[in-house]
Amino acid sequence: MSIAITTQIICFTILSLVILIGALGVVLLESIVYSAFLLGGVFMSVAGLYLLLNASFVAAAQVLVYVGAVNVLIIFAIMLVNKKEDLKPINDIKSRRIISTSICLTLLSLLIRVDLTNVWSLSSPLNSIGEESTIRIGEHLFSDYLLPFEVASVLLLMAMIGAIVLARRDVMSQDISTGLPVDQELIEKSSEPLLTNKN
Amino acid sequence: MMNLESIPIQAFLIVSSALFCIGIWGLLNSRNAVRVLMSIELMLNAVNINLMAFSSYVDNNLIQGQVFTIFVITVAAAEAAVGLAILLSLYRNRVTVDMESFNLLKW
Repeated sequence: MSIAITTQIICFTILSLVILIGALGVVLLESIVYSAFLLGGVFMSVAGLYLLLNASFVAAAQVLVYVGAVNVLIIFAIMLVNKKEDLKPINDIKSRRIISTSICLTLLSLLIRVDLTNVWSLSSPLNSIGEESTIRIGEHLFSDYLLPFEVASVLLLMAMIGAIVLARRDVMSQDISTGLPVDQELIEKSSEPLLTNKN
Repeated sequence: MMNLESIPIQAFLIVSSALFCIGIWGLLNSRNAVRVLMSIELMLNAVNINLMAFSSYVDNNLIQGQVFTIFVITVAAAEAAVGLAILLSLYRNRVTVDMESFNLLKW
């Protein structure tokens, strides 16, 4: 990469600070809408890290798929299910918090210890192919990764059909027994919940 | 001070470890189902950073890690679509997104 090392370090520091603080905001903030927008910021910063690693194609895919599709989908879901509700307090919330936080901190310390103590056998020189990486990814996708590529397309089709089936309301355009058209006014009427809450 | 030639790979690995642990914490502690899905996305991104770092530092000629990242992004998109559809139908049946009230499978 042609960027000076000082610039790289400054960019890396800023991007990782944005990622970590944004991720903390995603899990800690009270308002779910703020969390969703912070999540978009985290995704953009991760794309910036990919650019620092000289992977422009993956960075573009990250912006397109995560920010453009996943984040927008999450914001739409928030709009559809955003109802102010008073959450029931949990009795042992304090012990749960303590246990989960200690588990996470233990895992984090283990991972960081592995990161720092292991001797990675790194090849040199770094980023030797540079902008050729897009060409190389295309070659991979159409030669040795051809089967996963095709399976991924089937997976996307299945996910699309599954999402439509799960999310639609069961309304038919005409009555099955009489054949008359169904009153479309009924469709948007909120129905009774099928399952009542037992506790 | 050490004269650096490039950013050490440990920096990327530490960032991705921290992001992964934040994701796990959010997954365990969120009460809103949408936030649980967001935490899963954070964890997938942490894994992606890891794959990209190793692909760039260890395997910079074949870059198989970048191909893996592309596949992970694909699967994450499918997962988000199906997860949010499940969430919508849960909300339609229970009229809540509180994770504590989804206890039908509780033993």
